[in-house]
Amino acid sequence: MDVLLTPFEYDFMQRAFVAALIVGVLCSVMGTYVVLRRLSFIGDGIAHASFAGIVIAYLRKADYAIGAGIVAILTALGIGFVNRRGGVSLDTAIGVLFTGAFALGIFLMSRAPRYSVDLQDYLFGNILAVSATDLQVIVGLAVVVAFAILLLFRPLLYSSFDPVVAQASGIRVPLVDYVLLVLLALTIIVSLESVGIVLVAALLVTPAAAAAQMTKRFIPMMAIAVAIGAACSVGGLYLSYYLQSASGATIVLLATVVFFIALALRRAL
Amino acid sequence: MSAVRACALTVRFGSVTALDDVDFLVNEGEALGIVGPNGSGKSTLLKAVAGLIEPAAGIIEVFGKRPRRLPPGTVGYVPQVEEVDWRFPVSVWDVVAMGRFPHLRPWERFGAHDREVVDAAIEALGLRGLARRHIAQLSGGQQQRTFVARALAQEPRILLLDEPTTGVDAATEEILLALIRERVGRGLPVLMATHDLDRAPEWFDRMIVVDRKILAAGTPRDVLDSGAYAGIREHTHVHGHLRV
Repeated sequence: MDVLLTPFEYDFMQRAFVAALIVGVLCSVMGTYVVLRRLSFIGDGIAHASFAGIVIAYLRKADYAIGAGIVAILTALGIGFVNRRGGVSLDTAIGVLFTGAFALGIFLMSRAPRYSVDLQDYLFGNILAVSATDLQVIVGLAVVVAFAILLLFRPLLYSSFDPVVAQASGIRVPLVDYVLLVLLALTIIVSLESVGIVLVAALLVTPAAAAAQMTKRFIPMMAIAVAIGAACSVGGLYLSYYLQSASGATIVLLATVVFFIALALRRAL
Repeated sequence: MSAVRACALTVRFGSVTALDDVDFLVNEGEALGIVGPNGSGKSTLLKAVAGLIEPAAGIIEVFGKRPRRLPPGTVGYVPQVEEVDWRFPVSVWDVVAMGRFPHLRPWERFGAHDREVVDAAIEALGLRGLARRHIAQLSGGQQQRTFVARALAQEPRILLLDEPTTGVDAATEEILLALIRERVGRGLPVLMATHDLDRAPEWFDRMIVVDRKILAAGTPRDVLDSGAYAGIREHTHVHGHLRV
């Protein structure tokens, strides 16, 4: 019991566990759509692009979530627009946009008067640095995303599976798609402090991909993904506490192990 | 009021004109067959009626409105090749249930009535024993019937079918024919693209022959007896061998 409770003696660890749990659940719900719609590259792109917003917010002494939020949402909508209208292929557009925005972030960071280690936390995640205010932002955004998913559950499912027929039947598929991309952007912002820009795509994809090995129904897939995501986030945080390792990397490594176990079990059965 | 009214309908994809100055009407309780060679614009015509394509010129109206202004659930559409991910985690029942989604507000529950409609649609397509099966574990004919069942579960006011009998087993074809005739008899307007000219008189009340423009229109007998038929038949035959 002591092993489980010791970390909770510190306020920052309590906040870290709450943040990890929320991020694990939220990323797994969104990850179910990301995996089924093959959006993982888009998720990675939005995360990297948001770094420019974080650096700009830092230089202007604004909240990171505002800077990251604006850039992430603009990137998400831009990607959606290119996907719908563009003459450029989607993966090319993402590849150009997100590396460009990421490079802008690095460029601005390198010229910052007081080069700060804080910014690196966003690259690799430092869940132990989550402040009480950060946690409020995380909870607030998570509630918004969860509520939107609940309201849009059926249109999202239909347009994920069969967008053409969904649109013919009167579902507003383009609108649903744009909302999903904005929700994806918000989820990524919520996750940045805990797992970081470089690893957030893994937390989106891996639990849902593992769940897909275990079931052939949509709602069970989402439920299993949430269970895996939550367990890996909280379990990974414990592990990182005792192993003195980076929290984001430990969480993602644990999820990766679970994915390969699920894959092996499916092959074996 | 006609169920569908197309007037000087023109559809372009870039510089290619897919439909050129097309006029036709479909009344309630009428099955309209759309025949023509591959690439003649049959699918484009159905997509324009479904509101999936905006015309470059002319008018397309469904129940007196532009397709995109129709209330959700009005148009039941079964495309030619379902380009869906067959590994998507849904069963037959899950897919047919999607037919109810356009009718449900976000806060409404999927209720007992919805379940009954879904079960009835599954029953009508002879899929009862397969309801719990994953969609990847179906034959081509069963997959086609699943998507027709979804369109029926939608309780649409008009049904659009794009070559539903291409590549399916004889049993599926008979089930579809009986079902479509029964629904048409109860007043449902149906537009269906097809390659099967021989059985057209059984399926349709009226027919149009399309090859970018409308080449002939009338009862299936009239169209089959007209000159337009022979040319199209040869054309279709040649293309038929080229199909993959």
